[in-house]
Amino acid sequence: MSSKAAEPWIRRSANPKLDRVMVTPEGVSLNVTVAAAGARAGALALDIIIILGLIVLVTIGGMLLFWGFGLASADSLENASGPVQLLAVLWLISVFLFRNAYFLYFELGDRAATWGKRAVGIRVAARNGGRLTAEAVIARNIVRDIELFLPLVFLTSGEASGSLTDMTAWAGFLWVLMFLLFPLFNKDRLRGGDVIAGTWVIENVKKDLGDIVAPAAASSDEAAPAAQYQFSDEDLSVYGEYELQTLENVLRSGQDDALERVAASICQKIGWEPGSGDERIFLEAYYTALRARLERSMRFGRRRKDKFSTEHQAGTGGDPRLP
Amino acid sequence: MSSEQALNAALLRSDRFRLERETDWTRLESIVSKMEKGKAGQLTDEDVLALPTLYRTLLSSLSIARENSLDAGLIDYLEGLALRSYFMVYGTQTSFGRWLGSFFGGGWSRAVRAIQPDIWIALLVMIAGAVIGYILVAGNSDWFYALVPGNFADARVPGASEQALRETLFGAHDGDGLAVFAAFLFSNNAQVALLAFALGFAFAIPSILLLIHNMALLGAMLWVFAQRGLTIDFIGWLSIHGTTELFAILLAGAAGIHVGRSIAFPGAKSHLNAASDAGKRAALVMVGVILMLICAGLLEGYARQLINNSIGRFAVGGGMLFFWLLYFFRFGRQTGRPGA
Repeated sequence: MSSKAAEPWIRRSANPKLDRVMVTPEGVSLNVTVAAAGARAGALALDIIIILGLIVLVTIGGMLLFWGFGLASADSLENASGPVQLLAVLWLISVFLFRNAYFLYFELGDRAATWGKRAVGIRVAARNGGRLTAEAVIARNIVRDIELFLPLVFLTSGEASGSLTDMTAWAGFLWVLMFLLFPLFNKDRLRGGDVIAGTWVIENVKKDLGDIVAPAAASSDEAAPAAQYQFSDEDLSVYGEYELQTLENVLRSGQDDALERVAASICQKIGWEPGSGDERIFLEAYYTALRARLERSMRFGRRRKDKFSTEHQAGTGGDPRLP
Repeated sequence: MSSEQALNAALLRSDRFRLERETDWTRLESIVSKMEKGKAGQLTDEDVLALPTLYRTLLSSLSIARENSLDAGLIDYLEGLALRSYFMVYGTQTSFGRWLGSFFGGGWSRAVRAIQPDIWIALLVMIAGAVIGYILVAGNSDWFYALVPGNFADARVPGASEQALRETLFGAHDGDGLAVFAAFLFSNNAQVALLAFALGFAFAIPSILLLIHNMALLGAMLWVFAQRGLTIDFIGWLSIHGTTELFAILLAGAAGIHVGRSIAFPGAKSHLNAASDAGKRAALVMVGVILMLICAGLLEGYARQLINNSIGRFAVGGGMLFFWLLYFFRFGRQTGRPGA
C-alpha cells in the first residue's frame, strides 16, 4: 500500500514534487506547497525594482532639497553647511535601511511577505511548523547580502573602476551563480538564508467555500425532480473516488456541453438510455447517490480510489494515518 | 429555503456536517482576512478571543471531513483556511518594541555568551592576522602595498616621515563633514561585518580569511607607525573607536564561525536543524553588531577628531571596551535560556 493510498487527503497538485505536509503544534497535518523557483525569482525581481525605485525617489527628493539649500547658501559639497550635511547623512542611512530593512520589515509583518512575495502569492514560514521568529527573519535576510547584493556591487564597482581582470570577473560570476542557483539544487527550494534560518517559502492558498455540490438532489423531499432517479447497487459500484471528484468538478463548473458528455458516458456505463434536457438533475442525483455510497463505506474504513481499483480496508497493518 | 430547512433536508451526512458548522468557518475566515489585510485593529474583543477556539474547531472539522466527506471542494477550502489561520495564530506575535526590550534586557548578552568558543577562535584568528601582517611588512616593506589598498594609505606608507604620520593621527580637521564621514564609515563597516557573518555559511573558511586579511592590514599599518616611534599614539588613535569596532567585527566573525562550525559538525542534530539553530543565535549577535558599529561610526567620526590626545583616546576606548565586556559577560545571567 503506497503512502498516498493510505493517506488520501495528501494533495496531488500540478507539481507533486513541491507538495509537502506540515504538522501543526496541534498534531494536524496540513498540505503546503513549496513556492516554485520561478515564483521566487519573480518576487525577488519585483522587490529589487521597488527598492531601486525607493532609492531613486529618496535621491531625487534629496537632490531637490539640496538644490534649494545650495541656492540659499551658494556652497559646494566639500564645505557643506549644516542642513546639507544632515541631508547627506539621512541619504546614506536611508539607502542602508532600504537595502537591509525592507525585507525585515515586511517579513516580520502578519503576512510574512514583501510586496513582491505578496504579488506572486507566496510567504515565508518556519520549516518545523512552529512560530516564525524575529531571529529567523533576521538570519535569512542577512545572508541575502552575499547571495545577491554583494556580487552585484562587486561586479558593477569592479567594472566601473576598470580593475576587474578576467579571472576575478569569472570568479565573481561563479559566486553569483553558486548562491543564486542554490534553491534549484535542493528539493525544498531553500536558499542559503533559508537553510540558516530554518525557514522556507510556501504558496499562499485562498479558496472560497463553494456551494453544496448537488443542491437539487441533496434533499430528502420525495417530490423533488431528482427523486425520480433510483440507482441500484450495481449502478453505483462502477466508480470510485477519483470519478466522484471529476463529477464534482463538472457540476461545480456547470458547463452544458461537459454535463451532456458526462451524462452520456455515465448512462452508457451503467446501461441506461440517456435522456435529454435534464442532464444536470440526473448528474446531481447520480453524484449524491454515489457519494452517499462511497462515504458510507468510508465510515467503515473502506475506500476505493478509482474505477480500476477495488475497495481496500484502510486499517490493515496498523493505522497508516499515524505519522 | 432557510438554513434550518436546508439542514433538515440535506440528504448526505457530510453535507449536514458542513451546514452545521459553516457559520463558524465563515466567521473565522472574515477574522483572518481582516488580520491579513493589516486591519487587526478593527476586530472586536469577542473576535480576538474567539480566534484560537475557532481555529481549533476548524482543525477538528478538517480532521473529521478528511475521514467522512468526499466533497473535495469543501476539504480544499478547509485546508486553505486552516493554513491561513494557522499563520495568524502562530504568526510573529511579538511586537517590535517587546522584542527590542527582551533583546537589550539580556537576549543579546545571552546570545553572545552562547557563541563563546567561537569568539575565542575568532580572537585567535584576528591576533594571528595582525601578527602576520606585522611580520610580513617587517620582513619586506613591499608587502605593505599588497596588503593595504591604495585609497586607505595616502600619507601612511613605509618610509613616511614622523611629521607626516603624526599629522594623520592628530591632524586638525575642521568639524564640518564629520557627520557624513561617520555615516559613511558606519555603512561601510556594517557591510564588512555582515559579510564576515554571511560568509560563515561556507563552512566558516571565508570568514576566517576575511578576518585574517583585515587584521593583517592593521598589523602592517602598526609597523609603519612603530618605525617612527608612534606605536602608543597609533594605538590610542585606533582604540577610541577600535575597541568597539574591532569587538563588533570579532563578534561578526565569531557568529560566522559559529554557523559554519554547526554546518560542518552538527553533532547529534541533522545538518539543517543544526544550521538553523546556530543561525538564529548568530542573527541576534549580528543585530547587536550593527548597533555596535553605529556606536563605532559615531566615535570614529566625532570623538576621534574632537579628542586630540592619546590619553583621552585611551580613556574613551578603554571605557567602551570595559562597558561591552561587562554588558556581555555579566548582564542578564539568570533570566531564561539562550535565544529564548
